[in-house]
Amino acid sequence: MLSADTRAGEIALPSRSRSRVRRVLRRHPTMAAGGALLLLMVLAGALAPILGTSDPLDIRPSERLRAPSGEHWFGTDMLGRDVYSRTLYGSRISLAVGVSVALVSTSVGLLIGVVSGYNRAVDSVVMRVMDGIMAIPAILLAIALMALSKASVGSVIAALVLPEIPRVVRLVRGLVLTIRENVYIEAANALGAGFFRIVLRHILPNTLTPLIVQATYICASAVIYEAYLSFLGAGTPPEIPSWGNIMAEGRIYIQLGFWILLFPGICLGLTVLGINLVGDGLRDTLDPRLAKRV
Amino acid sequence: MRTYLLRRVLATVPVMLVVTVFVFALLRIAPGDPAATIAGDNATSEDIARVRTALGLDQPLLTQLGIWAASLAAGDLGTSIYSRLPVTHLIGQRLEPTLMLTLTTLIVAVGVAVPLGVLAAWKAGTWIDRAVMVFAVLGFSLPVFWLGFLFIWGFSIKLHWLPVQGFVSIGDGIVPFLEHLVLPSLTLGMVYMALIARITRASVLEVLSQDYIRTAHSKGLGDQTVLWHHALKNASVPIVTIIGIGIALLIGGVVVTESVFAIPGLGRLTVDAILHRDYPVIQGIILVFSSVYVLVNLLVDLSYTFLDPRIRY
Repeated sequence: MLSADTRAGEIALPSRSRSRVRRVLRRHPTMAAGGALLLLMVLAGALAPILGTSDPLDIRPSERLRAPSGEHWFGTDMLGRDVYSRTLYGSRISLAVGVSVALVSTSVGLLIGVVSGYNRAVDSVVMRVMDGIMAIPAILLAIALMALSKASVGSVIAALVLPEIPRVVRLVRGLVLTIRENVYIEAANALGAGFFRIVLRHILPNTLTPLIVQATYICASAVIYEAYLSFLGAGTPPEIPSWGNIMAEGRIYIQLGFWILLFPGICLGLTVLGINLVGDGLRDTLDPRLAKRV
Repeated sequence: MRTYLLRRVLATVPVMLVVTVFVFALLRIAPGDPAATIAGDNATSEDIARVRTALGLDQPLLTQLGIWAASLAAGDLGTSIYSRLPVTHLIGQRLEPTLMLTLTTLIVAVGVAVPLGVLAAWKAGTWIDRAVMVFAVLGFSLPVFWLGFLFIWGFSIKLHWLPVQGFVSIGDGIVPFLEHLVLPSLTLGMVYMALIARITRASVLEVLSQDYIRTAHSKGLGDQTVLWHHALKNASVPIVTIIGIGIALLIGGVVVTESVFAIPGLGRLTVDAILHRDYPVIQGIILVFSSVYVLVNLLVDLSYTFLDPRIRY
């Protein structure tokens, strides 16, 4: 490790931060493993056209329900489509849904949470509404939303964002309530800083760490929920090869072609595992106080 | 204590009000014409008009809310568009399988997860602890239905140990009843177990570092007594809390699990309602499940005073 350290001394910031990343990864091997898993899945999705052995929509009736082999690594489905290629493309949908849901719900939740934490009148109304939404089990709320909209990836994202918002709002509101009691906020106020300056310069940076951790958990659960919705027939349109759809189609052929269900499930599990491990690692490194709260 | 009790019970009223209004509003704020969406792709304009009248969507908004609230107060959840039966009747019909599945899952999950969590905390840092934590992380990461099919494939199709699918009422024999519930309970319970084991481990671990645990040890009490009587008892508040909050996971999982194991419960009713776009049924189910969730968490809150006498209101 000596060479790495001396190099860090020679060159300025970038490599010092690189060695810091390396140290964090060494101290949290599970986070490194999670990150590697996640990277693998992102690469699989991004390079699907190169890594795939055939067109995921290519129907070959003569090769239906073939067991995994050298030619078809994950076997073929009831229409003779290559399960390996379909699974690769499926990671695109799952990751896109997961990341979008995490981004949108944390942004919207952050906005509502900050306003709610700052204004007592708004707060009492907003928090009652949030309590109400939280009382509705997430998957049921998503199902109800999907039942009312046209099936598309966009509707799936919207349907999964809504149940997550109250959790983000609660988190942010709680943080804002404690942060605004700090002396430096009082000082900023005394110096004549306006609402937006205080929020942007002093409050937002302090909410960021817990919010990033929360975003990883939202991302993980969105990936699973997308599969649930598709599996129940209320998700991504069936012609799109998402992991949930591939498994939903494979369920009838569980005796004849178990692999149709097996491989997308393993990939989904590994992806969610990766996101969860990264989330746990981030929580432990970024905020040691949170680590105690499980 | 009595004022707290009253206040806590009354606090559920605004929550349920919001749920009710929210469910009501969902249909109205949905993009596009919900009547057209519910009527389906091949509907004629008469069909759409019929659905609109059936749902009362042709009335002014406030009148609609009034009618909806009045019928709810009378215990009427509306009528199914598809089967034309009262929603309360449909829900009543499907209650037994779901109730039984949830109860067995609750028993199995708590029965397995709490001892696992305690064990992991006691043996913290050893391979036992690590194995429990790996299980906990895995339980969070695997989709419920995939696990269900894996179980069916292994235990039912390959080993022939258990029936593949279906539900047998407890009145038709306790053995077939249990046989049909083993795999669904395990499937449904996995996420829940992972959650409870994780929280149990963390809270027992925290209690084990307290002074009174050292005192208990120095009094000469055995490891087992300290662990189960002193540590677990003091760690029980967060554990019971997570059992309550986890009910939401259980309810969501029920829908998926029943679909995998062809159990004719509320979950199946939900899936059928989605396929037929039977919105009154979906509304009714959401209201019932949300009420259960609110009620369970009310009971959890009230149980704190019994679990920990230090908590007074």
